[in-house]
Order: sequence, then C-alpha cells, then structure tokens
Amino acid sequence: MATSINQRQSPAFGVLMVVLIIMAIGPIGMMIATSLKLDVDIMSSTSSLLFMPTMQNYETVLCNVLWYEPEHLDYCDPTFGRALKSSLIIALVSTFFTLVLGTMAAYALVRFRFMGRGVISLTTLLMRMVPPAVLLVPVFGILTFDFCIGDDCLAGTYSGIILVYVAMNLPFVIWILQSFIVQVPVQLEEAARMDGANPFQVFYLVVLPLIKPGLAAASIFTFRIAWNEFLLANALLDRNTRTVPVTIVNSLTGYDTDWGVIMATGTLLAVPPIIFTFVASKQIITGMTAGAVKG
Amino acid sequence: MSTQAKRLTPYLFMAPAAVVLVVALLYPIAYMIYASFLDWNPSQRIGEATFVGLRNYSNLWSDANFRESLSVTLKFAALVVSIEMILGVGLAMLLDRKIRGMTVLRTIFILPMMIAPIVVGLIWRYMYHPTVGIFNRTLNNLGFESVPWLSDSFWSLTSVIIADVWQWTPFIFILSLAALQSLPSSAIEASRIDGATGWQQIIYIKLPLMMPVLIVTLLLRLIDAFKVLEVILVMTNGGPGLSTEILSLRIARTASEFRELGVAAAMSNYLLILLMLLTAIMFTYNRLAEARNARLRQAAEEG
Repeated sequence: MATSINQRQSPAFGVLMVVLIIMAIGPIGMMIATSLKLDVDIMSSTSSLLFMPTMQNYETVLCNVLWYEPEHLDYCDPTFGRALKSSLIIALVSTFFTLVLGTMAAYALVRFRFMGRGVISLTTLLMRMVPPAVLLVPVFGILTFDFCIGDDCLAGTYSGIILVYVAMNLPFVIWILQSFIVQVPVQLEEAARMDGANPFQVFYLVVLPLIKPGLAAASIFTFRIAWNEFLLANALLDRNTRTVPVTIVNSLTGYDTDWGVIMATGTLLAVPPIIFTFVASKQIITGMTAGAVKG
Repeated sequence: MSTQAKRLTPYLFMAPAAVVLVVALLYPIAYMIYASFLDWNPSQRIGEATFVGLRNYSNLWSDANFRESLSVTLKFAALVVSIEMILGVGLAMLLDRKIRGMTVLRTIFILPMMIAPIVVGLIWRYMYHPTVGIFNRTLNNLGFESVPWLSDSFWSLTSVIIADVWQWTPFIFILSLAALQSLPSSAIEASRIDGATGWQQIIYIKLPLMMPVLIVTLLLRLIDAFKVLEVILVMTNGGPGLSTEILSLRIARTASEFRELGVAAAMSNYLLILLMLLTAIMFTYNRLAEARNARLRQAAEEG
C-alpha cells in the first residue's frame, strides 16, 4: 500500500523538486545570462530569454589578461585583471598556510592529547561567532600602526591580509581535520616509527596521505572565505592589491551601472565556488553541518 | 630519539598555529576592547588617542541611530530565522522519502551559500532593479504597478529578508533532513501501527525527536544572521534612511565614514557580547542534552 501512495504522489513531488531547483539556481542563471548580454538587450523590454549571447562583457573585464585586443574597446581598464591576480594570490597562499599550520596543530592535539577536544570545539564555536565587522577596527589599527618595520607596515600588503585570513580560518580547519586524524590507525604510525621514521616523517609520509578527503574539505572552506571576503579586504588593501569583491562594490557606486560588465565580473568571482560545489558537495555538506550534528 | 625531544614534539607541531592565532586573533580582540575606551580617529596612533573610560558605551545608549540600528538587527534576525526554520523544516518533512535526484537537489541547494555574499547581493540588486529587474518587469507585464523594492523603507527590509531566506533556507533544510533521516525507524513504525496520521506523526514523534538538532541549527543560524553584512551592503547600503542598517554595517560605517574608531569598537563589543550570550546558550544546551542522553542510556542499560 505504501508503495502505491508513493507512486501516486511522485508526479507532484517531481513538480515540487523542479520548482525548488529553479528557485535555487534561477537567480544565479540570470546573472550568467545577463553577463552574456549586450546593454541593448538588458535594457530592452522584450522577452529576456531571447538574445544573442556575446562574450563582449568578459572581454571588457579581462582585457589586460587576454592575449588579443578586444575590438570593441578604445580603452582597457586594468582594474579587474589586477584584482583577479590579487584575489588568486591571497586565496591560494592563505589556503596553503592555513592547511600547513592546521594539519600540524590538529595532529598534535589528537595524538599527544594535551588539550581536550572540548576546548577545541569551544574555541571553534567562539571563532564562528566573531563577525568580521568586529575585527575591522583592531585589525586596521594593528596593521597600520603596530606591525611595521621602519616605515613599511603590513596594511595594504598581501602578507597582512593573508595573516588575518589564516588566523580566521585556523580554528575551523583544526577542528574539522581532527575528526579525520582520529580515524587514522595508530598502529600504522607505530610501524613507521619502528622503521626509524622521526615524528615529522610519520606525519608527512603516513598521516597526511590518509586524510586527503579532510584536506580537500578544509582547503575548500579556507579558499572560499579568503576568495569571497569583502569587508577586511576593503579596509586593509590599497589600489594595487585590491581583491575582486572590493572592485565589484566600487564599480556599483559609480553613476551609471554597466550591468553586463558587473555581472560578468560577478560570474567570474562565482565560478571557483560553483566548481567546488559540484566536485565536492559531500565534503562541503559534512563541513557545513559539522557544528550542528556533532560537536 | 631522546625523551626530551619526544616531549617537545607536540609543542613544535602546535607552535606555528598558536603564534598566528595569538598575533592575529587574540591580540586584535584585546586591542579592540582597549580601543573601545578611547576617543580615537584613524589618523592617530592608538597611543595618541584620549582615554574616555566608558563614555563610548554610555553615549551609544542615548544615540537614537544606534538604537534604531539595533532594533533593525533584532527584527531582521528574528524574522529571517523564523521564516527559514518554518520553510526549511517544512520542506524537509515533505521531501523526506526516497526520491531520485535528492543528491542533485542537495548539491544545487548549497550553491547560494557557497558563492560570495557580494555576488548574492549583486544578483538580488539586479532582480529588484526598478526598470530592468525581473520582479518589476513581471509585475508590469501582468498589468500591476511597480513595487519600490529597494527605495521604500518597508519594502527594502522585506527585500533584504527575501534575499536572505533564499540564501539560507537550504542550510536549515539540509540539517533537518539529515536529522529526520537519522531518526529511529522503530518509533515511526510503532506510531503507524497505532494508527497515527501523518500530521500526528510529525507533531508527536518526529518534531520532538528532532528537537536537539533543530535547536542547535536555530542558534547557529541566529548567530550567522547577526553577521550578515555584504549582501545588505550591496543591495541597499543600509538605506533608505536607516531602514536596513544592521549593526555590522553600522560598525563598518562608523569606522570608515564617521572615523570614530573608539565608538565602532564599543559597538563591536556590544555585538560580541550579544553573540557570546547566544553561543553560551547553545553550548549549555548541548551539554545538557548530552548529559540527559547519557542518563537515559544508563537507565536503559540498567533496566
């Protein structure tokens, strides 16, 4: 009987699923569609689905990274190309350092047990609580006045913001990696130690290869935060080191908004997270729900 | 290897992370607490700022703009969290069955949370656009008047809430679905045999059993709702007037536009205290729930 009910209901559920999927990705799809439109098509009042797709907006945005000169441009604005480079450097370097420091700390916490798991989950929780807006004032003050060598301060440099991002992400990364390291059998490590490996060799050659899924989840989360963050980047970086989110907000405050170009920029900013989502949705859901399901 | 080196190993592994956390996280927070007692503008070094005691804190309470911003924040957080909880849990109840495409749905559902908040704000600002936006276009095509989505103080708060609901309902949906699917099937089976209807099952069996996860989800979402900033910044920048100026936005503006770092720090501290209370509630609740479970398990084993 139960199966017959299910079968009878399935068309309705199919419809519901389709509606939900359209609601979830419709707005994102609209952004991508707009980025492929000319200004004329965006402004025209006719149907928004019928238009000739064009790469012109992307050419405008990427003009100084392209190997050819786009024909429709008289002047190439290098802002976005530069911002893309800054974003990539900052996100990749922060991810790298967070992972290196995070794995080491997580390993020490699990294997040498000199601090309880309770303390770690508490700090993670506390860190999850701190809004970036709260860090704005102190980080600005410290990087502008405190962390200086002679006249060169960390404000405006890549190193300054990378330091902040690494610190912001470390608690979460340590916490999520712990749950993966716990599952590595101690016997494997002991065997390696018998064969004469020192603690660092055990860690790099035995433990790390076994926790690759955890490393993937942790790096996706770190990369995403560094890649998407706006507030601190806006306060700490200068014209030459600005990231993509900052340039997007700046271009919105201008008088006439060129929606096609802005949407192209937005799409480019959204591409890496979208790829990650499709490649590793399972790990992402684990990371996202970790705080609620098991503390 | 000597025993001394062995004893040092964990500290060697911990040290780099500990140093970074102290330098770039603990120190800034201490710095902020100190700064909140100062009258300080961004062109001064912190040592040159005058110490004003608790003046920043007490001034904020008589500041009508701050109070307005606080009430907007509370209204926003309460509304988005209740709407998202109802929608998310409701959808999870509806879709809790073996249907093909569930994995796809879940993957697609996390997209709005993964892309940059700036981009989310951008998308919604475009959709709410008075002339080219899809909402007004559709309304006009159907013969209705345009709605001032982002330029009227009532509508702008509504619009901001709609955008947040779009972005975060999936979070609650995914968590409650996970909770639902890990419920003991025996309890649900038993209630079916006793003749409970679908609604009775939901109200008397499923919801009470899911409660621990639901409460933690609610608190996590509530904490995050106080941190929303970029989406609103891009959509309305707090306006019109102060209608959507939530606290984090006001902190950012006080620091960069009004150049009063001390006041911004005091405001940050208020926000931090509020969030700390929420976190403490959540932690205590977790502990209590764990203790109760342990007691129940023990009782079951003894009985």
